[in-house]
Amino acid sequence: MSNQAEAGYVVSHGRSKAFYERFERKSELQHQTHFCPGCGHGTVHKMLAQAIDELGIQDRTIMIGPVGCGVFTYYYFDVGNVQAAHGRAPAVATAMKRSRPESIVISYQGDGDLSAIGSAEILHAANRGEHISVIFVNNAIYSMTGGQFAPTTLLGQKSTTTPLGRSAKAEGYPLHISELLATLQAPVYIERVGLGDNKQVAQAARAVRRAVENQVRGLGFSLVEILSPCPTIWKMTPVESQHWVRDVMEKTFPLGVFCDRTREAQAQTAPAAAPPLERIPEILGVVGAAEPEFSATQARTAEVDLEVRIAGFGGQGVLLLGEVLAEAGLDAGLEVSWLPSYGPEMRSGTSNCHVRLSSAPIDSPLVSAPNMLIAMNEPSLRKFDASVRPGGWIIYNGDEFPPECMRKDVHVLAHPFTHLADELGDARACNMTMLGALLEIAGAVPQASIDAALHRLVRNPRWVELDERALERGRAVCRESMVEEVTR
Amino acid sequence: MRKQLMKGNEAIVKSAILAGCRAFYGYPITPASEIAEAAAEYMPQAGGVFVQAESEVAAINMLYGAASAGVRCMTASSGPGISLMQEGISYMAGAELPCVIADITRGGPGLGNIAAEQGDYHQVVKGGGHGNYRTLVLAPDSVQEMADLTALAFELADRYRNPAVVLADGFVGQMMEPVEFPQAAAAPRQPTWAVTGTAETRANLITSLYLDPDELEAHQRGLEAKYRLAEQRETRAEEWSTEDAEIVLTGYGIVGRILKAVTSEARADGLKVGLLRPITLYPFPRAHFQRLARRARVFIVVEMSNGQLIEDVRLALNGARPVEFFSRVGGNVPSHQEVLALVREQARRMKRAQASGKEQMAHV
Repeated sequence: MSNQAEAGYVVSHGRSKAFYERFERKSELQHQTHFCPGCGHGTVHKMLAQAIDELGIQDRTIMIGPVGCGVFTYYYFDVGNVQAAHGRAPAVATAMKRSRPESIVISYQGDGDLSAIGSAEILHAANRGEHISVIFVNNAIYSMTGGQFAPTTLLGQKSTTTPLGRSAKAEGYPLHISELLATLQAPVYIERVGLGDNKQVAQAARAVRRAVENQVRGLGFSLVEILSPCPTIWKMTPVESQHWVRDVMEKTFPLGVFCDRTREAQAQTAPAAAPPLERIPEILGVVGAAEPEFSATQARTAEVDLEVRIAGFGGQGVLLLGEVLAEAGLDAGLEVSWLPSYGPEMRSGTSNCHVRLSSAPIDSPLVSAPNMLIAMNEPSLRKFDASVRPGGWIIYNGDEFPPECMRKDVHVLAHPFTHLADELGDARACNMTMLGALLEIAGAVPQASIDAALHRLVRNPRWVELDERALERGRAVCRESMVEEVTR
Repeated sequence: MRKQLMKGNEAIVKSAILAGCRAFYGYPITPASEIAEAAAEYMPQAGGVFVQAESEVAAINMLYGAASAGVRCMTASSGPGISLMQEGISYMAGAELPCVIADITRGGPGLGNIAAEQGDYHQVVKGGGHGNYRTLVLAPDSVQEMADLTALAFELADRYRNPAVVLADGFVGQMMEPVEFPQAAAAPRQPTWAVTGTAETRANLITSLYLDPDELEAHQRGLEAKYRLAEQRETRAEEWSTEDAEIVLTGYGIVGRILKAVTSEARADGLKVGLLRPITLYPFPRAHFQRLARRARVFIVVEMSNGQLIEDVRLALNGARPVEFFSRVGGNVPSHQEVLALVREQARRMKRAQASGKEQMAHV
């Protein structure tokens, strides 16, 4: 102050408190900022710092720096700073704001960063209505990398990669980001401003402040596009480049407010408090349940080693059949595994799964040589018939067992189980009739465990009742056929 | 406590939330989608964030943001999606940000198919993105390990401030087995280095940019030092019947399970066969291989990829023992009969060599 008094002047544009007292540069460059004379970034930085200062949010602000000349934000802004990958700042900002909704998250991006490589990220962040503020500095070119063409390059404008000037035929037309994003329903505020003269600069400062203030008020997504001079790459003097913003750029990119829903926007309410930690296991459904009633020792008299392959058409309940079996085995204190064939097969065509129940730890959950095959249709029988271990069982859903599939070294139970289920009231219970037959043969799992599994997996009481009858009917068919076999 | 029957993909999410993970960003892909679906159900209920991103590129950069904000976070994908995430993984390693990525691999290259394969070994274990970095990689072989190693992945990611990957295949993700979880949830931690938008963290900076060559070199030396430390402290492997093994089978994930069945059957035949299953793929459990090489006469690597794991096994053995190889790819699985036949053939060859008095030479 004393210096100023002595000099007889007053500084009316003091350093904003949101700026560092000193910025660090290599010693020989310490006297200057990273920005070239006449660059718009310094001006934009200043208006942003002023907004942060005036809104009193320095201790809440997180600035996301881009790749490009804007990368240096963290040398200047005394706020929380995160440097993002090229174009990805809106994605980074999304997560920071979602996890820290009380913070003010500002994504600072250039036109190469935002409108080209980051076009998806900005579009979707805007479309989700992320509660962030985006400062989009548009100088119609890639400056940091030496002046290559950008989606925002004007028609006819020369760049190192459009040496003859941008042509609509080869490179398309300049991309109007503000207009494009304004077609979305979620953004609350989108304005394009310029740095073409003092009047424009004053308007730009108001727009930047509004974009930040909207976030402080919890209103939603705001973006300010700033047409900004780049004298070095444009090969102009600072004054010429400022005039070029006003006289040339503005013709392609008209200034104005493209979207303003700040009046009708509802302020974001504070997120619901997280549940207490003690409740988390309960929320996840992993609270310790009681030990099963049927312990392994009670349930078993002999060693169990069931290797089951279940196959049929998609929609026949192949996977559920396997799941009930595995769940019942677990309830009975056995080691179990269940492995599905997955993917589009689940939606059409064939479906199959591998189930193991064992009194010993299970090495591989893959069943390549089953000792039980449930074939719910003929193609499945033909596919897996040969893989059944000698001495194993094939339970087949069909009137007649195809003679060419007959093997002398395996047991076969063939029955039209679909009809059986149909008689019970719904052909879809076929899977449970076949499970009943398997359980009757295997004898490894107590009925109570099967009931428990069924109740756990089938929610609809009508289906539980039908499935129970189907299981019992399947068992009965199996018993009858065994009697037949013995008497024959 | 009674165990629950659960899919591997679901166990990952429950374990993550119990470990204090409160953000999930992902993009659907078979066979990993159940992870995103379970996260969509449970994460908001636990007070966390779930967002389905517009792409894997965006998803990994959302993790970059969440991790920067000090939140334990994760994503899940499969081969093609992991390829897209490599940019972000490199940035996170460079900026020293912890996160957990589950890769439930499928068939490749390109669109490949959705069946289980292990072709992502190179891109995950060797660090598929640009620059000098590594990811910590854990390979579960069961639903229980899906839960346990996910929790461990968060620990390691934090300890080394580095992305950690749970590398599983479609089988381990899709299968159901009994699983048990810790009965107490860990409190989300608050790292001092995070940028949370508060006065206390105002001075913190997250970046991977070091313009000065000396600074960048120093930064990379720092990363290397972390990796060396992880190599000393974090290697894990399961050994099975290896005490007197002359033939050592090795494979990870679902292949490890198949090799267990093979080992049992070969042992029943009286063959001295054992299994060494790497659990950490990076850092690689080299010492286990070197120790077993003292007694073993041959190692057989079995992979559902075209010879990726075998490179690390050979590096670990450094020519000390011959390494044989068997693989199935494209979604086909090595059957235990196939591998058993190979083991028997190997045993016969060794017997013949012994009878003729010739010592086996190591192939290099």
